[in-house]
Amino acid sequence: MRVIIVGSGRVGAGMASQLAEEGHEVVILDTRTESFRRLAPGFSGQALRGDGTDTSVLERAGARECEWFFALTNGDNRNILAAQLAREAFGIPHVLCKINDPVRSKAYATLGIDTINRTEMMMDSISRYMGKPGIPGAGDVTVAVKPARPMPAEAEAPMAAGEPMPAAPPSPAERIGGR
Amino acid sequence: MFVIVVGGGRIGFYLTKELLAEGHEIVLMEKDRRSAERIRDELGAVVVNRDGCEGTHLAEAGANRAAIVAAVTGDDADNLVVCQMAKHHFDVPRTIARVNNPRNEPLFRELGVDEIISPTRMVLAAIEQDIPVHELLHLANLEGGELELLEAQIADDSPALGRRPRDIALPEGCTLFVVIRDDKAQAIRPEMIFAEGDKVIAISRTECENELRMQLIGELPEIASIEA
Repeated sequence: MRVIIVGSGRVGAGMASQLAEEGHEVVILDTRTESFRRLAPGFSGQALRGDGTDTSVLERAGARECEWFFALTNGDNRNILAAQLAREAFGIPHVLCKINDPVRSKAYATLGIDTINRTEMMMDSISRYMGKPGIPGAGDVTVAVKPARPMPAEAEAPMAAGEPMPAAPPSPAERIGGR
Repeated sequence: MFVIVVGGGRIGFYLTKELLAEGHEIVLMEKDRRSAERIRDELGAVVVNRDGCEGTHLAEAGANRAAIVAAVTGDDADNLVVCQMAKHHFDVPRTIARVNNPRNEPLFRELGVDEIISPTRMVLAAIEQDIPVHELLHLANLEGGELELLEAQIADDSPALGRRPRDIALPEGCTLFVVIRDDKAQAIRPEMIFAEGDKVIAISRTECENELRMQLIGELPEIASIEA
């Protein structure tokens, strides 16, 4: 089961190292090779220097046969472009996009992109640390109402090897927002 | 008309200047403070030092009453996000995006950007005009890019050479309508016979371009390929 991760920051490199350790086929992309130093020593996946918003780079990374795609760079917009390419141009079934701006994060969740928002996650954690009620839903990935694109049947199966992968997103409801 | 321009680079600057001269109401959004100040010195208060990708900044700029939002920064990702936010969050009737990587064009179109301007594609098209044979020349995009106006030059090894238009199996949605022979344009008649040097003007659906090429001028030579 192939996983493509765009952005070898702490989270990207950490996820890549962990998933590779569990035996998944991991490809991690970053525009700067020095970012790959964050990968665990002996990383068994593939580290590719290249721009994850470029279709030819994604093609080289094996996006045609990929189940999971995580856009985790520091740029919200780069993540959004990469995630939408992954979904629209390559039809990758599970695409997760890190968006730090809460407004944009909500907007894209209604456009069919699963989003994860660090800002709200931390606010939620801090609130709960203070004994206040958390922000509802802020601690999790916002699973988008799914796109119209039909998913390949086998893509709905959970990951075979290893366990700590998130469960597959809920089955398609109808898509809201524009096209 | 109220237009929001995002990105105060050369394109955004001159675009704003021209639109102001035509009497339109404009807000130019430039996120870099120094660039914004420089433009303000020249064009006045039309520029705001705000990031057009931020929903709250777009709202402040009046996106909900804008007739057009034009995203002309040098960054495709930013331009896409500006247009999507404008379209889906503020119901802006018309969004225009500059696209630098020509391969992003289909995605932008698919995701609801109304008009795509690709400087790379334009220069590419200008260069292609000089490639002598075997290549379909892109003359124009029609219907927002769904259709293309193309020119095919018949060479001595083209499949269409010596054949009549009625005998050529055109892909669905393609029409040949004019042939240029001896510097004269004439309408295509079903019984005419294609000769070497004929320039055939066609309208094709974008996705049928390759099939049309195969029918008229044959295999694409490697040198003319733009696919990396």
